[in-house]
Amino acid sequence: MTKVKTTATSNEIKEQYQKFIGRKITFILFSLFLLVLIFGISASLGSADITIWDAYAAFLHRFFPSHFHTSWLAETCVWDLRLPRIFLGIFTGASLAIAGAVMQGILRNPLASPYTLGISAGAGFGASLAIIAGAGFVGGEYLIIGNAFIFALVCSFIIIAFASRRGATPETMILVGIAILYIFSSATILLQYFGEEEAVVESLFWMVGGLDRASWDKVFMSGIMLACTVPLLMIKSWDLNVMAVGDETAKSIGVNVKRIRIFTLSITSLMVASTVCFTGTIGFIGLVAPHITRMVIGGDNRFLIPASGIVGAVLLVGADIFARNIIPPVIVPVGAITACMGGPLLLYLVIKRRKYW
Amino acid sequence: MKLKINDVEFRYASTPIIENICIEVAPSEIVIICGPNGVGKSTLIRCINRILKPRNGGILLDGLEIKNMSMIEIARQIGYVSQSSSNVFPVTVFDMVLMGRRPHIGWRSSEMDEEKVVKVLKLMEIEDLALCDFNELSGGQQQKVIISRALAQEPDVLLLDEPTSNLDIRHQLEVMEIIKNLAAEKGISVIMAVHDLNLASRYADKVIMMKDGSIFSAGDPTSVLTHENIFSVYGVIAVVKNESGKPYIVPIRHRRQNEM
Repeated sequence: MTKVKTTATSNEIKEQYQKFIGRKITFILFSLFLLVLIFGISASLGSADITIWDAYAAFLHRFFPSHFHTSWLAETCVWDLRLPRIFLGIFTGASLAIAGAVMQGILRNPLASPYTLGISAGAGFGASLAIIAGAGFVGGEYLIIGNAFIFALVCSFIIIAFASRRGATPETMILVGIAILYIFSSATILLQYFGEEEAVVESLFWMVGGLDRASWDKVFMSGIMLACTVPLLMIKSWDLNVMAVGDETAKSIGVNVKRIRIFTLSITSLMVASTVCFTGTIGFIGLVAPHITRMVIGGDNRFLIPASGIVGAVLLVGADIFARNIIPPVIVPVGAITACMGGPLLLYLVIKRRKYW
Repeated sequence: MKLKINDVEFRYASTPIIENICIEVAPSEIVIICGPNGVGKSTLIRCINRILKPRNGGILLDGLEIKNMSMIEIARQIGYVSQSSSNVFPVTVFDMVLMGRRPHIGWRSSEMDEEKVVKVLKLMEIEDLALCDFNELSGGQQQKVIISRALAQEPDVLLLDEPTSNLDIRHQLEVMEIIKNLAAEKGISVIMAVHDLNLASRYADKVIMMKDGSIFSAGDPTSVLTHENIFSVYGVIAVVKNESGKPYIVPIRHRRQNEM
């Protein structure tokens, strides 16, 4: 029970609300700053000796050649070797986190994420099918990626098909997602059980997830996809807010609950599929980043969507720094690092902020 | 705004839940629906703003069939207060009430919308809770917030599904007074489901008693809330007294097996 204090005037309430909004914007700016910082750190670390300022200068040199000077070594190293990896990390982290935030909102469930809805498991199965059995929808160089992409979408289509049925509740959709997760993981295990040893090892490596396969092509593809999908989600952020208070109430406020749910699920699936097919399964970012963000700035999707994206990018690029430097020159799979870091972090948050749910 | 419910019928599969429902509500009028659990009160209320889609019959707002309106058009005219609301994630009272502006705004909320939220908060005397988390409020405060959200929609018709069900007697009266004043001042037509027959008697202009999915009796409180009707509908023997012109119901005991 919250005690009623002295009566506030209209202007005071509006001012308080503006401050409340201001805090959210401050958080977004702060996490952007953090992202730029972590971008510099990540670009400076590696076998070649480059300071963080060299890294920024090498990056900016291509845009403003007259203002920033850099060496050939630094420029090649940063642009050709490190930046694709960092940008793929940023886009993947952002996609997973935004997808998680939106899925948690529309399904009203703190457990929803691209991983728990089986989308990553589908991508893993698709990739394993290509690696082990050599079967796929597209040939050549894109066999694995194409397969991962298509099977990730197949999973979400199954969930969406269930969402379109009469009387589908958010709970049934979570259960459908978990069922899909089990079906595709066990199918992958069966494939691996009967596969050639080398292929099995390769598929295992693919499944753990990492940014090692980064290239500018992939960065552009996932970046374009992100740039197309995020605005579509932002437009619906009001409807997403309203859906958080329950289907009936949302309908009474004029929100077509079913249509929004199917629309946003399709958009987020596309977003996740188009990054996961390059990186493999990276767990926990999609689950943890939205929760961290929501704890700081609350559940208003107008701010939650962009802020989670930035937090997700920071977490993934940060985890990748860790993955590359913990036992150099070995690069530990970043998917394993995110799960290792994410698990305890989530536990800590659950203990610390109990009233959150 | 005049609301007319014309021969509405709703069924799940082939089992009729409600049928032959005809009600007319004038501006400023408060219509209270009562009846036993599971009689179709909530179903009827949800049919009025098309949360559920009735099988037959029509809902007319000033003569216009709402079937032909979009969800947003309906939301601009009909506000709905559900029995209870629980959020998984935290949301402030201000944001909760601002949601009621959704039918009127596009992507962004304007200064005017925030102004209207503040006005509603002041009207409901919960302005000091503006930045509190909805989930941490007491039941009475939550109910006021939900009513505020419906008011922020600036509706002509307000539907309430047992708005007093988990409130103590003081908050019950407070909420009912607020609704009564709103109906009188803003000309809002109110339809609500209420379990407490004495609250119904005290605040309704018209009481509708439902039995088995149909209207059993309708009219002013004195003509509907009789001990015969209460016996037939609820199977309860009650004494109905007259208290300053309104019936006052004292339930005695439920019907035994051999009594008819």
